[in-house]
Amino acid sequence: MAASGIPLEALQTSFALAPVPAVHWLVIAPPVWCMLVGAILIMARKRMGLQSWLAIPALGLLALMDAGLLVAVIREGPITMVMGRWLPPFGIAFTVDLTGALFNLAAGVAALGGGVAALGDIDRTRRAYGFFPFLFLMVGGVSGAFLTGDLFNLYVWFEVLLISSFGLIVLGSEREQLDGATKYAILNLIGTTLFLIAVGILYAMFGTLNMADIAAKAPTLAPSAPMMTLGLVFVAAFSMKAAAFPVNFWLPASYHTPRIVVAGLFAGLLTKVGVYALIRVMVMMFPEEGNAYSMLIGAVAIATMLTGALGALAQADIRRMLGYMVISGIGIMLTGVSLGAQTAISGVIFYGLHSMIVMLALYLAAGVAGRMGGSFSLHDLAGLYAKSPLLSAMTLCLFLSVSGLPPFSGFWPKAMLVKAAFDFGAWWQGTALLVSGLLTTIAAARAFALGWWRMPATGAVDPMRMQASEWVPLLALTLVSLAIGLYPEPLLALTLSAANGVLDPSAYLHSVFPAGVPTP
Amino acid sequence: MEGFMAIIVGIFFTVAIYLMLSQYIIRILIGVAILGNAVNMLIFVAGRVTREAPPIIGKGAETLPATAANPLPQALILTAIVISFSFFAFLLVLAYRAYQALKTDDTHQMRLAEPEDAPPPPLGY
Repeated sequence: MAASGIPLEALQTSFALAPVPAVHWLVIAPPVWCMLVGAILIMARKRMGLQSWLAIPALGLLALMDAGLLVAVIREGPITMVMGRWLPPFGIAFTVDLTGALFNLAAGVAALGGGVAALGDIDRTRRAYGFFPFLFLMVGGVSGAFLTGDLFNLYVWFEVLLISSFGLIVLGSEREQLDGATKYAILNLIGTTLFLIAVGILYAMFGTLNMADIAAKAPTLAPSAPMMTLGLVFVAAFSMKAAAFPVNFWLPASYHTPRIVVAGLFAGLLTKVGVYALIRVMVMMFPEEGNAYSMLIGAVAIATMLTGALGALAQADIRRMLGYMVISGIGIMLTGVSLGAQTAISGVIFYGLHSMIVMLALYLAAGVAGRMGGSFSLHDLAGLYAKSPLLSAMTLCLFLSVSGLPPFSGFWPKAMLVKAAFDFGAWWQGTALLVSGLLTTIAAARAFALGWWRMPATGAVDPMRMQASEWVPLLALTLVSLAIGLYPEPLLALTLSAANGVLDPSAYLHSVFPAGVPTP
Repeated sequence: MEGFMAIIVGIFFTVAIYLMLSQYIIRILIGVAILGNAVNMLIFVAGRVTREAPPIIGKGAETLPATAANPLPQALILTAIVISFSFFAFLLVLAYRAYQALKTDDTHQMRLAEPEDAPPPPLGY
């Protein structure tokens, strides 16, 4: 009994089967629901008519569940759900706090928008090859990654979203896609394996994989264990997933090759999972090591956002330009992670939510522009303003939002981060944020001037109509961005308290171990 | 035993990284496969190599004896093997399809998605 150090009371609590409050089921509902619907859609793959009728309501319901989960977390604080009554630290725990719930809701909203846009963008053949099942599996993986409280489980969700993203990126098998997908697949698999290496080393040191347990044990273990090495492997792995500067070349190589909806969903969802994991591990679990590496992360962040913005300036293809803007946004978020204070972390979370919505919308807008203009190249695109003023208005809003100009959603998180940087005397980071914002504004404004404002050489332009599957999601996402920009107070308060929960995880720990963290 | 296994793991990682630095997709893929095995062994060693007793709770006892083998790393490895195996199968097919379509597995020549002669954006109207 004493040899393994588990008190008998712990066993007895795990045998006591108190009923789980109904609302707690919401913690595991999003991934379970996605897997379930994905499986049904695979079984119904021959019933083409059924696919979209099933998928869109299911995505709507998913967004509702995510919203419900967020409300529950706001009311109760972090909620833990344990698989099969194997109490932590032994069983796999799903623990959702405000940060996870916020990201999860934004992912659900983005998935719904992408699903509606897919009705027009994804043709019959691609649907027959399983677009919707892949979409559900990927969103399920993303939700699982945001909600899990177990590090190995996080790795499994990474793989779930990765393998379904492979399916999505090669859908259609065009030559360009195969080229991009090869690089995307190999480099991402290596990145995820790096994460697994870190998990293995961590298990050797801690003997546990539960995030709350690790967070509680990290300070006592720090003097005698190679924590800095471990931290660096985690930083490297998540930087690769998030597309941070020296390990991000898979992103511009591949994100412009699949269908535009797929590219938009990738840009919105996948890199943010890397940033979320970085916050969870380096800020919540290993704050000491995160602090020690703040200089490194800060330098990587500056390189990421400046190379991203410069890359956006150098591209003639608007899809590739957007890919570089995604990278630039990652740099902005990493800056906040390196600063590490409450305002900075809440700026990161705010920026992540904004970026999920706006990057997807920008890709969708680029898709409509490409369909109307017959090309994605700024050399050939012209006269979109005359073709569709509605598209132009929405694109302009989104361009201003991604550049971080008021009154759109990109402004507030950037303002928070710049203020945090200068408050800490990190003037170089604050300056880099402003410079990257300026470069992004130039890139976006030039794209708008050339593709939208410029009249084509022939002079005459026929007005074109946007299809419902194009303008409905685009308008909805643009309005979300505008609404956040005009009335940021509620989200600001939420992200501040989310950042609080990450920096001081006592509520998180209490949710996993109501009777206190077990000591070995 | 752990020390010996650690050296083996190190050799596996060395081989994997050397192969992944190659410019040919097929060598990179072999490197990825070896990398997967290296990680699996790493996790195995991480759980401490003990083989005195199987992880079975005996009659009358309530917990495992302290000398028992750690079953958790094996469960983790099993998961990781399944995942890396399926990924490797997918990557092999993808690489073959890319080879069919692009007629090369030399990454220096796989520039279809990022053409080297892509023009810079227009400088004016």
